Amino acid sequence: MARIEAEVGKPQGGFVTWIDDRFPMTSTLKYHVTEYYASKNFNIWYVFGVLAFVVLAIQLLTGIFLTMNYKPSAADAFASVEYIMRDVEWGWLIRYMHSTGASFFFIVVYLHMYRAMLYGSYKKPRELIWLIGMLIFLVLMAEAFAGYLLPWGQMSYWGAQVIISLFGAIPWVGDALVEIIRGDYSISDITLNRFFALHVVLLPLALIALVFVHIVALHEVGSNNPDGIEIKKNKDASGKPLDGIAFHPYHTSKDLVAIIVFLMIFSAVVFFAPDMGGYFLEHANFEPANLTATPEHIAPVWYFTPFYAILRAVPDKLWGFILFVTAVLLPVFLPWLDRSRVRSIRYRGWIYKSALAVFTVTFFMLGWLGTMPADGLYVLMARIFSVLYFAFFLLMPYYTAIDKTKPVPERVVYHG
Amino acid sequence: MTEDDLDRNRRHFLTVATLVTGAAGAGMAAIPFIASLKPSARAQALGAPVEVPVSTLQPGEMIRVLWRGKLVFVLRRTSEMLEKLPMVESELRDPNSEVLEQQPEYARNATRSIRPQYLVIEGSCTHLGCAPLQDFEVRPAEGWEGGFFCPCHGSKFDLAGRVYKGVPAPTNLRVPPYRFVRDDLILIGQDSGAA
Repeated sequence: MARIEAEVGKPQGGFVTWIDDRFPMTSTLKYHVTEYYASKNFNIWYVFGVLAFVVLAIQLLTGIFLTMNYKPSAADAFASVEYIMRDVEWGWLIRYMHSTGASFFFIVVYLHMYRAMLYGSYKKPRELIWLIGMLIFLVLMAEAFAGYLLPWGQMSYWGAQVIISLFGAIPWVGDALVEIIRGDYSISDITLNRFFALHVVLLPLALIALVFVHIVALHEVGSNNPDGIEIKKNKDASGKPLDGIAFHPYHTSKDLVAIIVFLMIFSAVVFFAPDMGGYFLEHANFEPANLTATPEHIAPVWYFTPFYAILRAVPDKLWGFILFVTAVLLPVFLPWLDRSRVRSIRYRGWIYKSALAVFTVTFFMLGWLGTMPADGLYVLMARIFSVLYFAFFLLMPYYTAIDKTKPVPERVVYHG
Repeated sequence: MTEDDLDRNRRHFLTVATLVTGAAGAGMAAIPFIASLKPSARAQALGAPVEVPVSTLQPGEMIRVLWRGKLVFVLRRTSEMLEKLPMVESELRDPNSEVLEQQPEYARNATRSIRPQYLVIEGSCTHLGCAPLQDFEVRPAEGWEGGFFCPCHGSKFDLAGRVYKGVPAPTNLRVPPYRFVRDDLILIGQDSGAA
């Protein structure tokens, strides 16, 4: 219908038609935006994908402007960051947006991943979306790690020292690999320079490309929903899912509210607590890198601490490295570890609900323990929670298979 | 040409041969890029040996120098310190320096040094590379005979840089190559022609 009407008033459609004959503009917009149907019962958990996209945009924009004043050399880096903070007009704001953005990136991405665990979004047919998402998460970790070295502060230097040394634990090739990563016999100007290249060119390009494929894969199979049922099973005469509403204008207007609320919280942190009590910007990093003295207490930024706590819980270098890598990679296998017949937590039994609750507490506890010194009771606690972390994933095939599930409805339902 | 004329073997051979040649070419082309990541000529030159004068170093005193950007400790041990070395051996993981790559052959002895008074050792914890702190104060109540303590993950080393049991560091602190140019001058980073 719309097409016939458009043809009646041909002059108006002239430009768009001209483009459409040469580039699939209208059809792409329809497919991905105005006629992409997602479930009408989305709840707050469904805003974090869009928010991650917003944070990515903030990081790219602020990052480009920081690059214009930052100097990637061991001699100048620390001073150039101070220069941005003190002498460049609004430089402090741009830098605090970027540093706060890094932490918020992980906050929204962790919540986005947790949503998938709540509603079984990684289950068939969305395994590939989950795999691409995990790849995005890994690239994001590398991006954050490379970026953290750039200010060349005490924590930048010694944090990088610890993490790069981890690769030295790999038998036989470890030492050679570490030398290739650093490009020198210790972390130096050369290392800083190449981390800058990775942080501003390679990894952001990879992130953008992966986010693109993540969304293409999502739109191929369609979004999951809090009921974990396929809305494509119930379509009207025109082939539109009965429980679906178009991404634009319906979901976009809802997302806009989420974006505004998010920006309010984000701005509050940027303006009033950019270092977040040492969690977003560690205090040791306000001193330039000192190659002859490690800070008394060394801990990574909060978003790495759950995995760092697992690393420290193991009193052996190689096994610590193996368990650290395994802990990061285990979620990759969720689509195949989860044997439940239902997707959503709403229709799962008490076993999965309890397991997920324990896992949630475990993740927070490991995150907290990773910021504490590694002695006495803390190490014991880190060991207990590490076991729980691995148990959640490794025992999943058993407990999800025996868990009693509730019947799943035909159509989506609203709760409260 | 019809389907029947198709020489499938020939086509398969050409496909595989092209792929193999292409892969070999790509592999060769990757070499310069990967090699460029290795320490450059300048990085290697900056890794040249450093001279450390020790004439003013008092017994019990330690200095920190940088060689190849790595921290190196030079400690002049007192005779009391040297007497402690055999006493802690039962608590050490590798008291006899059996992990060969952690020291040159000439430092594979009871004091892990060329001259017993002078300990020359890399200040880089063998766990994850933090700089260990010097803690030379003897505290018999804690069973601590003096040594090095890593603040990052709690590894402990004795006054010859030998690692204690039950800590995350797997091996002894590394002894860099070095030699005495004169009685009061140590050259770190080069040992050829060592006495």
